[in-house]
Amino acid sequence: MAEIVLDKVSKKFPDGTTAVRDVDLEIADGEFVILVGPSGCGKSTTLNMIAGLEDISSGELRIGGQRVNDKAPRDRDIAMVFQSYALYPNMTVRENMAFPLRLAKLDKETITQKVEEAAKVLELTPLLDRKPANLSGGQRQRVAMGRAIVRQPKAFLMDEPLSNLDAKLRVQMRTVVSRLQKQLGTTTVYVTHDQTEAMTLGDRVVIMRGGAVQQVGPPQELYDHPNNLFVAGFIGSPSMNFLTATVEDGTLRTALGDVPIGDRIRRELEGADAPRDLILGIRPEHFEDAELVDEESRRRGMEFTAPVDIVESMGSDKYVYLSVEGERATSAELEELAADAGAADFSGAGSNLVTRLSAESTVTEGEDRRVWFNLEKIHLFDPSDGRNLTLHEGRAAGALAD
Amino acid sequence: MADTTTRAKVRWGLLDVAVVVFALTPVLWIMSLSFKTPATLTDGKFIPREWTLENYRTIFATDQFVRALINSIGIALIATAIAVVLGAMAAYAISRLDFPGKRVLIGVSLLIAMFPQVSLVSPLFEIERQLGLFDTWPGLILPYITFALPLAIYTLSAFFKQIPWDLEKAAKMDGATQGQAFRRVIAPLAAPGLFTTAILVFIFCWNDFLFAISLTSTERSRTVPVALSFFTGASQFEDPTGAICAAAVVITVPIILFVLFFQRRIVSGLTSGAVKG
Repeated sequence: MAEIVLDKVSKKFPDGTTAVRDVDLEIADGEFVILVGPSGCGKSTTLNMIAGLEDISSGELRIGGQRVNDKAPRDRDIAMVFQSYALYPNMTVRENMAFPLRLAKLDKETITQKVEEAAKVLELTPLLDRKPANLSGGQRQRVAMGRAIVRQPKAFLMDEPLSNLDAKLRVQMRTVVSRLQKQLGTTTVYVTHDQTEAMTLGDRVVIMRGGAVQQVGPPQELYDHPNNLFVAGFIGSPSMNFLTATVEDGTLRTALGDVPIGDRIRRELEGADAPRDLILGIRPEHFEDAELVDEESRRRGMEFTAPVDIVESMGSDKYVYLSVEGERATSAELEELAADAGAADFSGAGSNLVTRLSAESTVTEGEDRRVWFNLEKIHLFDPSDGRNLTLHEGRAAGALAD
Repeated sequence: MADTTTRAKVRWGLLDVAVVVFALTPVLWIMSLSFKTPATLTDGKFIPREWTLENYRTIFATDQFVRALINSIGIALIATAIAVVLGAMAAYAISRLDFPGKRVLIGVSLLIAMFPQVSLVSPLFEIERQLGLFDTWPGLILPYITFALPLAIYTLSAFFKQIPWDLEKAAKMDGATQGQAFRRVIAPLAAPGLFTTAILVFIFCWNDFLFAISLTSTERSRTVPVALSFFTGASQFEDPTGAICAAAVVITVPIILFVLFFQRRIVSGLTSGAVKG
């Protein structure tokens, strides 16, 4: 057990590309940290640098207070679970799990005892003498975890360990990983591209983009107070809605009507170099059917009317897709997010608003519906650098804040 | 439907039989000749009228053949072992690492494989005489390794490429050194490739005639294919056909044993279960 500190760690490949740029990160002893981001954001490279499988181009990596930049993986005392599991196919489950212990030259009895202990924790005992080829995906995954926990390393590194499992098993294994980590209390760094995994598993989440850290924080904080457009768009499912907004006469002109702004935002926008065009972001759950909003909430938000495109009833609530006019918001960040979701080449005319309304709503497809949204929960972003303008001392306060 | 498949099966069966007959008839004929007496050698009968082991006795009675057999086995085994070890290391580097000059290395090894051996025989002859390697075991082992290496590198790098790299990373994370990762994880998985390569290289060395006849002059290092061509009958008026046939049968035996021994290890799908998908 140990804390892991990344101090301005960078990775430059020989061909000149920079995969990771000046990552500063302090992972406390026993903490569960998730590195998340779209593919190619440098999260796996960062993990491999912590593991020692990739050289660190510049910066310092400390594990347990000791500089380990030049240490081989075997001298760092950390275990890793690979996306592909990487089980040794010529060995049985028992031999697979014993392999790190045999390399550490422990005596036979200790090895047997430790392997059996780990097998019990992961419910692998009946499978110990099978070969990996005769195991199901979930079982292989557990063997890979067993091989990692068996020698009680200083830290676990997990490289998308669940992404090869089918959806149901993934949810199940997620809780297994979570429980195991709490039980063992070992520092864990977990890489994933799935924001749901990131939200549900980690104590803290590190969002990366293009080799740089965008924001670090507990999941809820990233969700409520995103630093920038990228974080806002990446976290949350369905993701935040983005609309173009123009500053005119002290209000924001948007496809949803003129949005009033508070003093603080106004001051922010008064500067000479302040942007005239903004991107407005609202999460789906901050919309509500106008009929169901009480008086008090009504004052905190505003209403608009839009044609209902599609209604998806989830039982607990309804996802309602509204067509709104006006241009689709564009910025480098949003394009990257769309590309990652595979939707870059798929964009209908105008923009579509995803809203999550109460199940009691009587909304039907095809009608024009009056919908309310919460002004305290909206975010305003500068399209040029993606900065969240509503953020004040790390808190997002909506558009009305004074 | 069933009708067509049966007919297809019959057609394929006949074709297979034809190929097997075509391939094996000369071998069987040689075997049959090796059991015939000199008098019945040319009677054109497939099954010998008089069985005799005289031919085998003759060849093993002469020092010439036994000595050549020892040379052949020794030279082929040593050359195979060295070529496979060197080839494995080179192939591993080629399939795993990106180093400057990698393409050149692959190109040069391919060039060696394509170079006509005949054109190298005279220079090799001169070089080996100067170096004192002429008519020695190393004098044959070295050219064999040279020509077997490209083959070994190509076959083995194909096998190494199939092994998921994650396994090696996993081994390193589990505390293995580079050497341990190779020996305990990668090599066992590449075993089918190693054995396949070993068989191919061994057969190449075993069957070579060109180098063996050019770079040897005495029984000291003459291999079997060459020794065969120097066979004489019991008397100078007697045709050594029977003895040559017997020797031909004898020298196929080690090859068959070698292949049978290693074939058991060439099981496909050894890496299945290592990684998903």
